[in-house]
Amino acid sequence: MNSYLISDILVMIKRNLTHVMRLPQLIVFSTIQPVMFVLLFTYVFGGAIKTGTVDYINYLLPGILVQTTVFGSMMTGIGLAADMAQGIIDRFRSLPMTRSSFLIGRTISDLVRNVFVVVLMILVGVLIGFRFEGGFFNGLAAVGMMLLFGFAFSWISAAIGMTVKNVETAQSAGFIWVFPLVFASSIFVPVETMSKGVRIFAEHNPVSYTANTVRALTMGTPVGTDIYYAFAWIIGIMVVFIPLAVNRYRKIN
Amino acid sequence: MMLHPLINYINDARKRGLSSKQITQTLTGAGWLIHDMMDIIVDHIQAPEEISSEDIITIRNASKSYWPKIKALDDVSLSVKRGSITALLGPNGAGKTTLVRLMATLLVPDSGSVTVAGYDVTRDAQQLRSIIGLAGQSVALDETLTGRENLEMIARLYHFSPQVSSARTDELLFQLELQDASDRPVKTYSGGMRRRLDLAASIIAKPAVLFLDEPTTGLDPHGRFMLWQIIRELVEQGTTVLLTTQYMEEADQLAHYIFVIDHGRVIAQGSPDELKQQVGGDADEEISLDDVFMKLTGHTALIHE
Repeated sequence: MNSYLISDILVMIKRNLTHVMRLPQLIVFSTIQPVMFVLLFTYVFGGAIKTGTVDYINYLLPGILVQTTVFGSMMTGIGLAADMAQGIIDRFRSLPMTRSSFLIGRTISDLVRNVFVVVLMILVGVLIGFRFEGGFFNGLAAVGMMLLFGFAFSWISAAIGMTVKNVETAQSAGFIWVFPLVFASSIFVPVETMSKGVRIFAEHNPVSYTANTVRALTMGTPVGTDIYYAFAWIIGIMVVFIPLAVNRYRKIN
Repeated sequence: MMLHPLINYINDARKRGLSSKQITQTLTGAGWLIHDMMDIIVDHIQAPEEISSEDIITIRNASKSYWPKIKALDDVSLSVKRGSITALLGPNGAGKTTLVRLMATLLVPDSGSVTVAGYDVTRDAQQLRSIIGLAGQSVALDETLTGRENLEMIARLYHFSPQVSSARTDELLFQLELQDASDRPVKTYSGGMRRRLDLAASIIAKPAVLFLDEPTTGLDPHGRFMLWQIIRELVEQGTTVLLTTQYMEEADQLAHYIFVIDHGRVIAQGSPDELKQQVGGDADEEISLDDVFMKLTGHTALIHE
């Protein structure tokens, strides 16, 4: 392993986060949208959706947080595609920088951005009644869980971005497969209410496993087996998509 | 090394026990002028590097095709001398850029071998990358970062310390007359400024081999002159420069050696003068490199008559 790996990754993170800071509209929109989701779902659907004895905000927010990290991680592919389109990729590839730092720097930058958005959403959630009923450390574990999940999804997005190499395509190709995963899941409603086919899909959906785990941690209920499945998915996704993305990067012509 | 008579004189005077002040006085009395001194400085301190007879780039039978079946390079063999300025001259689509991308480790040849400074571009790409610089045909910069941030980032990725990176950045911003714009995002730069910044990025590590793919495209005459100046300075410091160009004047002015490329093959090579001779013509007829190029690539009505 190259001894400059860490320093290369840090240089790339600095660069990517500078981009985020220089495009304030991007921060504004990427935070307004999830905040809007929280408010709309709580006050529009909250009355109609039956979540038993649990306050809907306590049911919803953990799910929305998982959704936000998933959507946030889809930015990875878009950012990479933008680099590929800009010609700067030739510069990076001709430099002695560690090959993987280009991709790792990007996925970690998006992780950092997700941290920022998640913290902001939790603050909004707390204002409208959300509470960490499972206590501080479980809450911390919940946040760690969703960020890790988002990080794994960043690598799927990276593989897509490295394949399509075009911002617009990355935007549509990057999101289209995410919608069924996010909406046919336990994020917004309990899966028991879904029709049979969708329910089977929703039950085994990595988003559901993660949302269930995060919810159990924040509400202080037992995580059960969901946490194992969630980790299995996270590890599985990384094992498949990290080499795929790195391989795509090496094979650019 | 044969010393200049002045240096011999000073050495002799010192041996005879004269002080520096006395030597200066005798020199002034002997009528030595400032420009003589300058000659000495130029001759002895900045003695121009000789072009070595050693090859720094060796390409053997390299071929490269793009999907589906565009043959960009067809069995190309060539070598470049250490310390030279070598030009790849050819029309659009001749394969010049593909050749540069192979040497700069951005492409892998389908067959044949490409060696730069003893490193095989496929096997030893990572080592090779620390000693090469590349300014591609399109500017490869980060539009959102400032000029300074771009250069510092690239220096860091060449693995210079933060201090050295920042010092080298200042030096290049000054040299390429970009200090005033250094803290503005690159997206506010003019085409010529981007070109200059891109060039700065490619020479930030003082590379042993510098690849310039059509470097003067989009530069105004002043920018072009500045670039030529920088190229000559780099070569004096021992850098080998390989550039592609469609401008014959540029090849003629700068290059020690030229490869004429067309349809993915080397169709002629030699020094600018040799190429002119190869094409021949009457002794008193002025042959330009333009004529050579036209005649070799067949891009002229003359050939088809």
